[in-house]
Amino acid sequence: MSALPQAHEAASSTPDIRIDRAALIAELSRVLPEDCLIADPGRLRAYECDGLMLVREMPLAVALPTTEAQVVAVLRTCHRLGVPVVPRGAGTGLSGGATPHKQGIVLSTARLNRIVSVDRLAQQAVVQPGVRNLAVSEAAAPYGLYYAPDPSSQIACSIGGNVAENSGGVHCLKYGLTVHNVLRVRMVNMAGEVMEIGSAAPDSAGYDLLAVTIGSEGLLGVVTEVTVKLVPKPRVARCVLAAFADIRKAGQAVADVIAAGIIPAGLEMMDQATTAAVEQFVHAGYPLDAAAILLCESDGTEEEVQDEIARVRVLLEAAGATEIRISSDEAERLRFWAGRKAAFPAAGRIAPDYYCMDGTIPRQRLADMLEAMETMAKKYDLGLLNVFHAGDGNLHPLILFDSNDPDSVRRAEAFGVDILELSVELGGTITGEHGVGLEKINQMCSQFGADELDMFHRVKAAFDPAGLMNPGKAVPTLHRCAEMGRMHVHHGELPHPDLPRF
Amino acid sequence: MSSHLHSVLREQVLEAAAHGRTLRPHGSGSKDFLAQTLSGTPLDMRGAQGVIAYEPSELFITAHAGTRLAEVEALLAAHNQMLAFEPPHFGPHATLGGALAAGLSGPRRISAGSLRDFVLGVTLMDGQGRVLRFGGQVMKNVAGFDVSRLIAGSFGTLGLILEVTLKVLPRPPAEQTRVLALDEAHALSALREWGAQPLPLSATLWHDGRLAVRLSGAEPALAAAVRIVGGEPLAADEAAALWQSVREQRHPFFSGDAPLWRVALPPMAPALALEGRPLVEWNGMQRWLRSDIDADALRHAVRALGGHATLFRGGRAVDRALGVFEPLAPEVMAVHRRLKQAFDPSGVFSPGRLYAEL
Repeated sequence: MSALPQAHEAASSTPDIRIDRAALIAELSRVLPEDCLIADPGRLRAYECDGLMLVREMPLAVALPTTEAQVVAVLRTCHRLGVPVVPRGAGTGLSGGATPHKQGIVLSTARLNRIVSVDRLAQQAVVQPGVRNLAVSEAAAPYGLYYAPDPSSQIACSIGGNVAENSGGVHCLKYGLTVHNVLRVRMVNMAGEVMEIGSAAPDSAGYDLLAVTIGSEGLLGVVTEVTVKLVPKPRVARCVLAAFADIRKAGQAVADVIAAGIIPAGLEMMDQATTAAVEQFVHAGYPLDAAAILLCESDGTEEEVQDEIARVRVLLEAAGATEIRISSDEAERLRFWAGRKAAFPAAGRIAPDYYCMDGTIPRQRLADMLEAMETMAKKYDLGLLNVFHAGDGNLHPLILFDSNDPDSVRRAEAFGVDILELSVELGGTITGEHGVGLEKINQMCSQFGADELDMFHRVKAAFDPAGLMNPGKAVPTLHRCAEMGRMHVHHGELPHPDLPRF
Repeated sequence: MSSHLHSVLREQVLEAAAHGRTLRPHGSGSKDFLAQTLSGTPLDMRGAQGVIAYEPSELFITAHAGTRLAEVEALLAAHNQMLAFEPPHFGPHATLGGALAAGLSGPRRISAGSLRDFVLGVTLMDGQGRVLRFGGQVMKNVAGFDVSRLIAGSFGTLGLILEVTLKVLPRPPAEQTRVLALDEAHALSALREWGAQPLPLSATLWHDGRLAVRLSGAEPALAAAVRIVGGEPLAADEAAALWQSVREQRHPFFSGDAPLWRVALPPMAPALALEGRPLVEWNGMQRWLRSDIDADALRHAVRALGGHATLFRGGRAVDRALGVFEPLAPEVMAVHRRLKQAFDPSGVFSPGRLYAEL
């Protein structure tokens, strides 16, 4: 699906240590039941990668604990023996956060999969990390509640992985990211100590450790229990589909909607190439002659939705929409969304491989970004599909390439790097929701200076002084950045000061 | 302006670090009464003031930490936007940096989220005099640890807050406050029942047999909600004054010398069976208590309910000396100590303001 030679380098460049595998497995067998430990190479193969599939590494073993006590025992054992531990949820992450360490074990939370409680009046659920994202909303549905963050992998991805990545989804403009919807975690640190972080109350004493834990990409500890916030399911949701002849006008329409004081439940954009690709796939009846399509969802009470849709319609017309459709029923609303949700599989149908980027930029730079990417696509001679969480400026350009053609792989990689670095230059970030992992570790050297990276290492060490929890991911060593020649020096000066930023 | 200011500040930080001295960064001092010990040479952070970037359609504002909170809120109001977490000022000159350092949220927290939920980016000078930029101006950003939010509520113990970027939101098109006569237990159960439904409750307050509920949203949504909530309407100016008086603690409940406790509780916690006068906010999750109760007894009772208590104002010197904040579990305190060490290796910034150990 995605190919990054540079990430291969990352995987192999972690500090060289030698672990006595037989001794390790003997020790782990003492604290885990037989069926909770995988050491057979054939069965280990299933864990050699996550959603970043072309980066593969065989772990020494995989632990599949079924209780927190087993998690504690595994971590204590590895801590004592100096063995790196890579935590893994459902393995759907796109950035290589769960790529194994060749001298370490994978600790999978897949079997910690119990929904502990769902409380309607408290609007909270307590779940184990291996519970799937969608399963939480399904368990809450009988109470008229749901769990708001809905990453596109929500059928498969787990809450533990969502905590690690601070996952978003199409509704986060209005309902927030994982960091806004997780209230508490129980986490076991590398030394095997259990910590309660956050609480079922609105806050807790001391530093906000929950904020650093969420999105920490498995570098700080292994989560064993999560308390999530549930929100009342809106009575009505309706979607507006608007077509634009000019992608710049579509971008302006997004800004106009927000400037008018409307925060839609979802605000997504697809370009013409994407619309054409998904239409073959889902037959949603999209206008194929449009340069861009906007999907704008309103939710709330019937009265609220009617009111908001009427205001949105006026704004979109004024912004130059060539066609506006409003979903008349739930089936039509889901059809509007079907194409957007099928963008990735549709890309997989029209090209042998695609590489999904995840930069975020200030919304008003959208048109500049699109034009720049069009030029890049010509330069690298590769196809490109553009889908965006337009409301929050999070772009998912899909670069089409062929992994059997080494030159195509090389061009795809260079194209991706250009996109990420332009995202930083435009005042944005290299990753809005997929995480850094191994995939974007080199671009961290562009986004942050040496001092910030040093502080990230210090923050990790505050939780994991031994440095054994998912080492080599998310934060590059300063040495690595220096070698890459990518270190950016800022101390108050932004790169490219000539670029207007607002 | 900022690079000169940064070098002046850096000099002071490095000199303090070299000579084992301590500094206490402050804004207007409106929140000096909060938290533990005030120690260290005062360091006025109002040398840099003003908004650096504000783009209404991008939903963010960036300003120097010394900018007055009132100035920020006035600018947002002029564009029909707001700081949705309604930070308490506790004084006319309260600063943005002070608000971030204290991490407090006001009445709208129950629907909009807390201050930390709105933090997008922070520029900080650490204990080695380094200027560090975390986060940014975009809503979604998962590159690196979320250090910006860690700074919220850290009371200046991790570094000098230089610049702050916050997410802003549109003001609701309409608001209405309803008042109902209910005892505490009935008020709590009504709030929970409403909370589990898609109703536009934006603030709630129970005190002395009276429940006030603020509804915010589109007019038709308010009309529908009023039919469910019931009660009597409060005139718009009275409603505004009521919510302002709770946010700023100028409500008569907050006057007098009795110790003021803040108790944070899980949603299902019952009315507290503790001596003293309560005022309940946030659907029962934030309770204020004026009480001379023994600190240990109070903490014990609150902990049993899954919450935590803070001695917010006043109180006996002996209770304050033991710690105004909930004591931390040893393994959590160990992480706190190492984080403090990471940001401030020489222990320059406001030692003891949060906990004696930090």
